[in-house]
Amino acid sequence: MEEKIKKVSIIISKGSLDSVYPGLIMANGARMEGIEANLFFTFFGMDAITKKRMGKIKIATVGNPGMHMPSLAGILPGFSAFATSMMMKTMDKIDIPPVPEYIEMISDAGCKLYACKATVDMFKLKKEDFCPQVDSIINVGKFYEIAAGGHIIFT
Amino acid sequence: MPQKQFGTATVDVDADGFMTDFAQWTREVAAAIAKEEGIAELTPAHWKVVEFMHKEFKENGQVPSIRRLNKSGVISTKELYELFPGGPAKKAAKIAGMKKPEGCV
Repeated sequence: MEEKIKKVSIIISKGSLDSVYPGLIMANGARMEGIEANLFFTFFGMDAITKKRMGKIKIATVGNPGMHMPSLAGILPGFSAFATSMMMKTMDKIDIPPVPEYIEMISDAGCKLYACKATVDMFKLKKEDFCPQVDSIINVGKFYEIAAGGHIIFT
Repeated sequence: MPQKQFGTATVDVDADGFMTDFAQWTREVAAAIAKEEGIAELTPAHWKVVEFMHKEFKENGQVPSIRRLNKSGVISTKELYELFPGGPAKKAAKIAGMKKPEGCV
């Protein structure tokens, strides 16, 4: 039998719903299997842990071939919100929580959450702008230190 | 079908050690499975989780998720991870004599 995975550090770098969820599901899934997990949010991925934005994460309806429709339709006002609310309903049925609740659940499960220092400086954010589950703001060097001995997944 | 011996009881299990016949489940079997999973003693808090899982399964035919356990007010996610270290959903289901949870959450 292969040796079990003991630790994963997952980077979430994009802010659309279809980019944020896979990272969250993988982090939560890791904890469910008893695997140590860290989440590192960078660039627009940081919306998922920013108080003002975490409840407003939307599906990318433009430039997303997975939507199976012309991008032109995706620019219609309110379309992204509509597609997002449809998807959220389906997800709730299979017990996948909305982003803020999911972040809380993942943190309660023992996963550590970090915000990227470079992005914080670039967007002029402060620790208070983040949800309380965020452990600290760290630079890339610190991230590698925390991730040492485990697997790194970039999304 | 593989079988496992717990004290005087013999139970049918799947390849991962999850019971396949709930009729064979007893509190003694549960305690023995818990020991194998590294939980020395089942406390009243553990039993509360197990009993809720049985109730949910009877009512909905589904093993409840961690989210469901949390939302129902039975146990917080934090406590659940403390009670069943190293994989709460799976371990609780195993001890409760239920099938392996299939969901991703």
